[in-house]
Amino acid sequence: MSEVLLEARAVAKHFGGVKALREVSLSIRRGEIYGLIGPNGAGKTTFFNCMTGLYVPDGGGFDFAGAPLLADAPQQAAARGIARTFQNIRLFGNMTALENVMVGRHVRTRAGVFGAMLRTAATRAEEAAIRSRAMELLHYVDIAERADDLARNLSYGDQRRLEIARALATEPQLLCLDEPAAGMNATETGELRELIEGIRGDGTTVLLIEHDVKLVMGLCDRVAVLDYGALVIEDVPAVVQKDQRVIEAYLGG
Amino acid sequence: MDIFLQQIINGLVQGSIYALVALGYTMVYGIMGLINFAHGEVVMIGTLVSITVVGLLIGAGMPAGLAGLCGLVVAVLVCMGLGWSLERVAYRPLRGAPRLTPLITAIGMSIVLQNLAMILWGRNYLTFPPLLPKVSFELAGTHFTLVQVAIVAISAATMGGLLLLIYRTKLGMAMRATAQNPAVASLMGINANRVIAAAFVIGSALGALAGVMVGSYYEIAHYQMGFMLGLKAFTAAVLGGIGNLAGAMLGGVLLGIIEALGAGYIGDLTGGFLGSHYQDIFAFVVLIGVLMFKPSGLFGEKAGDRA
Repeated sequence: MSEVLLEARAVAKHFGGVKALREVSLSIRRGEIYGLIGPNGAGKTTFFNCMTGLYVPDGGGFDFAGAPLLADAPQQAAARGIARTFQNIRLFGNMTALENVMVGRHVRTRAGVFGAMLRTAATRAEEAAIRSRAMELLHYVDIAERADDLARNLSYGDQRRLEIARALATEPQLLCLDEPAAGMNATETGELRELIEGIRGDGTTVLLIEHDVKLVMGLCDRVAVLDYGALVIEDVPAVVQKDQRVIEAYLGG
Repeated sequence: MDIFLQQIINGLVQGSIYALVALGYTMVYGIMGLINFAHGEVVMIGTLVSITVVGLLIGAGMPAGLAGLCGLVVAVLVCMGLGWSLERVAYRPLRGAPRLTPLITAIGMSIVLQNLAMILWGRNYLTFPPLLPKVSFELAGTHFTLVQVAIVAISAATMGGLLLLIYRTKLGMAMRATAQNPAVASLMGINANRVIAAAFVIGSALGALAGVMVGSYYEIAHYQMGFMLGLKAFTAAVLGGIGNLAGAMLGGVLLGIIEALGAGYIGDLTGGFLGSHYQDIFAFVVLIGVLMFKPSGLFGEKAGDRA
């Protein structure tokens, strides 16, 4: 429980003169649900993007499962076991729900170009395995009946679930969810909460960026608060909730 | 009426070849937004390689059909290697450069390949040995040859296979995912460089097949033949909506038919002032028309089903 899975070491990122991240250091332990909160523009998504290799940090870096993560190599982050969803859903809209999840299996499978062209037995078996695993994941997030619909035709809530299924398909050790409850009603948020707890129950560490403070405080084992790109506090929810600096950051004090 | 049907058949044959070449343009464009103007030259190399191989094998006493098959296989393999090398040498170093830069490199590679072919095969027209027996059929007042039937049938089967590859396999899925959103695809562990290389290799294999077909249809080949063929296939891809696979297939066949009908009737229409050797103008009239009135092409949409 106490083993550190992801360690951020003084990660810094600026865009022109704007310091989006100011030497943020935090550590996420294996098996926990870790919340990252903060007001709009606090740097939460920038932190995600640096960690998953979409941005190159201007300073500091990440250690994942005991070894550093290379910057600017998103497919390596996936191979190492980091998966994510996006604040603004980014599915492959013109592919079916099932295909979206099958794409997620890519990083865990091998067959190459020539196998695909020559239709070797190994390739065919692998593709069948990908398909059945993808179908299991659609069942897991409870949208199996939409498997053959194009992703862009799914409802908003189902698209969020599909994004989670696609991320799980990469068999992550760390699943990063960027505002998964955004735009959801109370019932959907409750279902999402169960889903996240289930994912943790299966042994996956979860990093959650969220605006819904109630959801974060109820669900997370530990919470970090960012404000103006700097880490304000990292502790258990009960402590964070009472922290004067956090209250000020949220109330604009 | 007979001439109309006859021209439709001729157009279908020519159009199948355009479609195969157009797929090479459209796959690369769909994934990386690059128009690979050297693709016509890949087709030309395919034709010339197959001529050499077929010539050697027939000279050694092999039956023409079998020699043709060997020539096809060698041409496909050589062109796959060529397509892969082109991407590696000419385009990969420019990933992330402004769009105009790789376009200029593409034209440069086209010139390099033409000159290379001129050095290897000479400046003269080469004759392509007949691969299939000269049988012809007659149906409803039209004539067609075994070669024509073979071209249409093999093209259709190949395009069906390509659709299966793109829509049913893991590689195809990776290609479609990369075309739709390269950043997210890379987070799924898809290596964009591999996908791009695959598009070049597959496109070049189709181009080599088209090259052998052109050679055995016209029974002639030349180091400059890729230029016009490439431009017309590019037109076909634009007509169908560049980046769209079905569009390239339909665009190719349509362009072939438009050209054939145009060539068949231009003499009558202009009172004999222009003859059928003006058939090339039709492709470019189509290109200009599409660019003026429907630049996205027949199946094109803004972020369409590219692959």
